[in-house]
Amino acid sequence: MRYAMAIEVNKCVGCGDCVVACQTENNVPMGYSRDWIIEIARGEYPNLFMHFESQRCNHCDDTPCVRTCPTGASHVIEGGIVKVTHDECIGCGACIEACPYDARYFHPDGYVDKCTFCDHRVADGLDPACVSVCPTNCMHFGDLDDPDSEISKLLNSREHYTLLPEAGTAPQIYYLK
Amino acid sequence: MEERLFQTARDIHGLYPHVHIWGGPIAIYLFLGGLAAGILLFATLYYLKGKENEMPFTVKIAPIFTFWIVILGLLLLVYDLHHPLYVLELFTSFRIESPMSWGAWTLAVVSVLSLIWPLSYIDDIEAYLHERGWQKLDWATRMVKTWEHKWIIPRFVIMNFRKYRKPIAYLLLFLSIILGIYTGILLSAFNAHPLWNNSILGPLFLTSGVSTGSAFVMWLSNNKKERKLMSTIDMALIAIELFFIIHMIMGMQAGPEAYKQAAHLFLGGEFTVIFWVIFVGFGLILPFILEGLELGGKHIPPALPAILVLIGGLLFRIIMVAAGQMSEYPF
Repeated sequence: MRYAMAIEVNKCVGCGDCVVACQTENNVPMGYSRDWIIEIARGEYPNLFMHFESQRCNHCDDTPCVRTCPTGASHVIEGGIVKVTHDECIGCGACIEACPYDARYFHPDGYVDKCTFCDHRVADGLDPACVSVCPTNCMHFGDLDDPDSEISKLLNSREHYTLLPEAGTAPQIYYLK
Repeated sequence: MEERLFQTARDIHGLYPHVHIWGGPIAIYLFLGGLAAGILLFATLYYLKGKENEMPFTVKIAPIFTFWIVILGLLLLVYDLHHPLYVLELFTSFRIESPMSWGAWTLAVVSVLSLIWPLSYIDDIEAYLHERGWQKLDWATRMVKTWEHKWIIPRFVIMNFRKYRKPIAYLLLFLSIILGIYTGILLSAFNAHPLWNNSILGPLFLTSGVSTGSAFVMWLSNNKKERKLMSTIDMALIAIELFFIIHMIMGMQAGPEAYKQAAHLFLGGEFTVIFWVIFVGFGLILPFILEGLELGGKHIPPALPAILVLIGGLLFRIIMVAAGQMSEYPF
């Protein structure tokens, strides 16, 4: 089992529904967010191009955050989902420093918080909240180890990229061109 | 041209425009760790060389400070935690891949051993205090002696410590090197920050820490021979430190784009002046020259180069912690 997400950047309209759905589903405190949208504009007037990237924890295969955690609060569960056990987190910030994607933050209660791929929904066979609300259906979630899953087929047939592959983290959020 | 903007607001303290969650307390913690490592390294090394009576301050007196230095460092570390009530989680697990985990364990062991080390020299410490005319501090040595006579546990611990001092000294020597290296490796483990992410940072922080240790001894010792030796050692350490710093920047300059940008922070970027003029100039080169002049026979108060080295060591860590967090992969 290897959960991953594929996002079609050209279908994304940057509405922010994924962000709001996550905040609602996971009780994210005011002003904070586990996912966010970046608008990327390229080119020179009048030849301008723009696309959106919905970003979140990349649930990397090679996790610097888990490696640097001194207590084992940061850990990987089945399916490659990276999680934080609140009661074991001392709030040292090592994982925040280790993450090249700024995906982690101090929750106002002190522990470190981040995207969980909505593992409580995934366990029930549902998509993560962000994927399930996307009005343009630009986000796809599934198991990479299953060759018949929608995400496996998409990644086999479409060109895609990941964020900062040079950071050596083997990120598992794929952006379809 | 490429422009990246946030489409949805993310108002999280300490993440933007770059990660800045570690500040002064962590820098001071790293400085204190290095200083304690330096003091202990000299104490155990010269004890093992059989020079405990020739260099009484280095071997017997200076380690009195290490316990308090380490405890102060640990307090700063706990102060900096955002979930401090859970701090004991650090000591209910051991994670070999996490430098902070084995660093915390090293600090815990070092703090215990460096508390007992001077206690086992209590007679010599009393004699030393009298020699320097500090009889006012007798209450402390008397208190320790009373405990030792009255209670069996301290008596047993100190007696065994005296008996097995040699193997303990070897262990402490090893742990002090680990502690010194740890202060650098803690930072170099983060590949998200290219400035930190180089393997020379461990040896560089160790060298700098040992240099501050030698400066500490040089400053507070009253023994001319001891001072002269520490001054010579410190000059060598400063030379090695400079070599490591140049090596580190050369390595980054020869690296990929993110590493070049990290080096640029010191080569024209915003840390250029504070790094080269204030840290390298006043914290390394000036004390090196002063120590050289002193060895050449000129009269220079030994406190001057020592304080410059100590302030330089602290400044170096403040700069590295701040600049490292500014150096990130562009995305």
